[in-house]
Amino acid sequence: MSNLLEINNVVKRYGNYTALNNVSIHIPKGCVFGLLGPNGAGKTSLIRIINQITMPDSGEIILDGEKLAPHHIEQIGYLPEERGLYKSMKVGEQALYLAQLKGLSKTEAKKKLKYWFDKFDIGAWWDKKIEELSKGMAQKVQFIVTVLHEPKLLIFDEPFSGFDPINAQLIAKEILQLRDEGATIIFSTHRMESVEEMCDNIALIHKSNKILDGKLDDIKREYRTNTFQVGLKTDNPELVQQKLKENFEVSPADFKTLNGGLKLNVKLTGNSSANDLLSYLTNNGEMQHFVELVPSANDIFIQTIHKTS
Amino acid sequence: MNKLRLIIKREFIAKVRNKSFIIMTFLSPLIAIGMIALVVFLTKKNDDKVKEIVYVDNSGLFTGEDFKGTETIKYTDFTELGIEETKKKVEEGNHYGVLIIPKIDSLELLAKSVEFFSKDTPGLNTMDNIEGNVNNKLRSLKMEQLGIDEQKIKSSRISSDIKMFNFSGEESSKLANGLKIGVGMIAGYLLMMFVIIYGTSVMRSVIEEKTSRIIEVIVSSVKPFQLMLGKIIGNASAGLLQFTIWGILLLIFSTIASSVFGVDMSEMQTANMSPEQLETIKQTAGGGQAQMIVQEILKLPLFTLFFLFIFYFIGGYMLYSSLFAAIGAAVDNETDTQQFMMPIMLPLMLAVYVGAFTVINDPHGPISIIFSYIPLTSPIVMLMRVPFGVAWWEIAISMLLLLLTFLAVVWLAAKIYRVGILMYGKKPTYKDLWKWIRYSG
Repeated sequence: MSNLLEINNVVKRYGNYTALNNVSIHIPKGCVFGLLGPNGAGKTSLIRIINQITMPDSGEIILDGEKLAPHHIEQIGYLPEERGLYKSMKVGEQALYLAQLKGLSKTEAKKKLKYWFDKFDIGAWWDKKIEELSKGMAQKVQFIVTVLHEPKLLIFDEPFSGFDPINAQLIAKEILQLRDEGATIIFSTHRMESVEEMCDNIALIHKSNKILDGKLDDIKREYRTNTFQVGLKTDNPELVQQKLKENFEVSPADFKTLNGGLKLNVKLTGNSSANDLLSYLTNNGEMQHFVELVPSANDIFIQTIHKTS
Repeated sequence: MNKLRLIIKREFIAKVRNKSFIIMTFLSPLIAIGMIALVVFLTKKNDDKVKEIVYVDNSGLFTGEDFKGTETIKYTDFTELGIEETKKKVEEGNHYGVLIIPKIDSLELLAKSVEFFSKDTPGLNTMDNIEGNVNNKLRSLKMEQLGIDEQKIKSSRISSDIKMFNFSGEESSKLANGLKIGVGMIAGYLLMMFVIIYGTSVMRSVIEEKTSRIIEVIVSSVKPFQLMLGKIIGNASAGLLQFTIWGILLLIFSTIASSVFGVDMSEMQTANMSPEQLETIKQTAGGGQAQMIVQEILKLPLFTLFFLFIFYFIGGYMLYSSLFAAIGAAVDNETDTQQFMMPIMLPLMLAVYVGAFTVINDPHGPISIIFSYIPLTSPIVMLMRVPFGVAWWEIAISMLLLLLTFLAVVWLAAKIYRVGILMYGKKPTYKDLWKWIRYSG
């Protein structure tokens, strides 16, 4: 049983509109799973189904080997994109209330809250009302409330919105630590740089359909173009470029470097290998820059969506 | 169930701790008492001003005794001054008005020719007094003309006091009838107030959860239906607390007010009663009044009344507040609630009017019966009818209909609620609501 969550053939319709069209996604245990897709693709619909806020029209969901049932609510932590807290309620009371709704006893909840409040160094906020806190401060409280009951499955929808870079970093670190402690995390976002940083696996949803999923590394490998960014110091750039064109696809490149010289994107063709290119370059000048152009998550995202639409 | 308790507790505490709730709880009775005291005070003050009316009697038929004044109306004879002089004098002076009785031989014609001039239009009470005096005099003169002995007429007047029984042998009286109306009205009005105040409070609380965006966090832990139910019950508990405090405070304040300011609370009640009702009360007065009332109250079917009051109160409140919750869920802010509030307030108002006008006159008439069956009006109308005695099967039909409608409405409201709480932006139309109801899961 390596999958914590299996979504099998889920269909969800609202009237005539199909929000999820036969979507199947398997989420392995102990990973950070990026759920990506443009606005209105169906991500939120899927997340709400996993949280049992709505029911699918057909299909099934298996959580840790069991068919999803109401009692699983306590094993899931959910930080929605549209989030907030009761403004006129005190931080401590509110956190206790929300923790108890997730099935913790009052004493248990208090103990755990103390741990997290100490960890984030926000113990002084306990008796403050939410409306007295800044947006970022309230977000921290919200994060704590989400993870407090130590759920097996954590779902974060745009977790970094509302955080400054320092706190975003702090939260990212906490999320990764939760994964290392055994939690499985679904991470839905538009911010592709955080996908690179956080996700082990991803699935891409577009227009109600899943169009791509797998390990992020595998997907990148699949999308690689065997193109290398090359910087070379040479006495005769024209000649080198001319020679290169005989064996490889060459196009001008633009990247920042402290040294001048020839800058090119070189794509391997035929049977040529990276080593062939490298040896050619070192024979013809002083090597300054050599890096494979790995497609970013952003590139993959945009490419795949363009391909399907 | 444990979660439901948590929600109820939170809703109750959130409501009770709210500043405006605390202020309203303690201020409302003060304001109410203050208003009543002010009205009574002003009425008294107003009445204290004596209206001096002068008359010019050219017919020579009236004597000073014929013009019976009251505490606030005094008559003075100005006949000797003549019409024109008197008019001038009244216009310039402090007199209230002048009554002119011309010299006409025919009593019928004279009755149509009496005139009254005043600086401002006289009130009903003043006109009644003047007309009464003139009528009485002319009537006795006419009787004299016709040769009727006035004394005999007077002694021929008989006042009957019909004792009313129903077939189970209970005696009822006007006092008892008044009490029944009173009990019914109080119950009906209480329910209406409660529904409006705490129903809208449920609605506001739903809107607050939407605008603060906490709703999705909550519904990922509890079922929307649980949340809705918790809200409705929590607000009702806060409401019951507030009503109880109001009751106690009203009692305390009115005791204080009546002892300190001399404002007699019973005076206020009698102020609104018709002369007949006053008469009944006077008849029964003389020490035994309070006892009589207690006796009559004890004669009412108290246990049934209490049971039905609880049933209709809960049923009516739950029915309406779940509708209010659905409205709150459908909109994003309070200004958008107007179009949906109308259809809810309408039956509520209708129920109170039917209760206040039809039930009192004819508690077992067809309109009263129909409206005590229709579930949206039955809680109020039936509560008003019950003191008059309603057949058990009528109550059973009404209760059953209410229960069935309640279940159906809560089911529909919960559907709208469940979809609505997660919808932001567009203000929904009735068509949208219908679509939401048909969404599965």
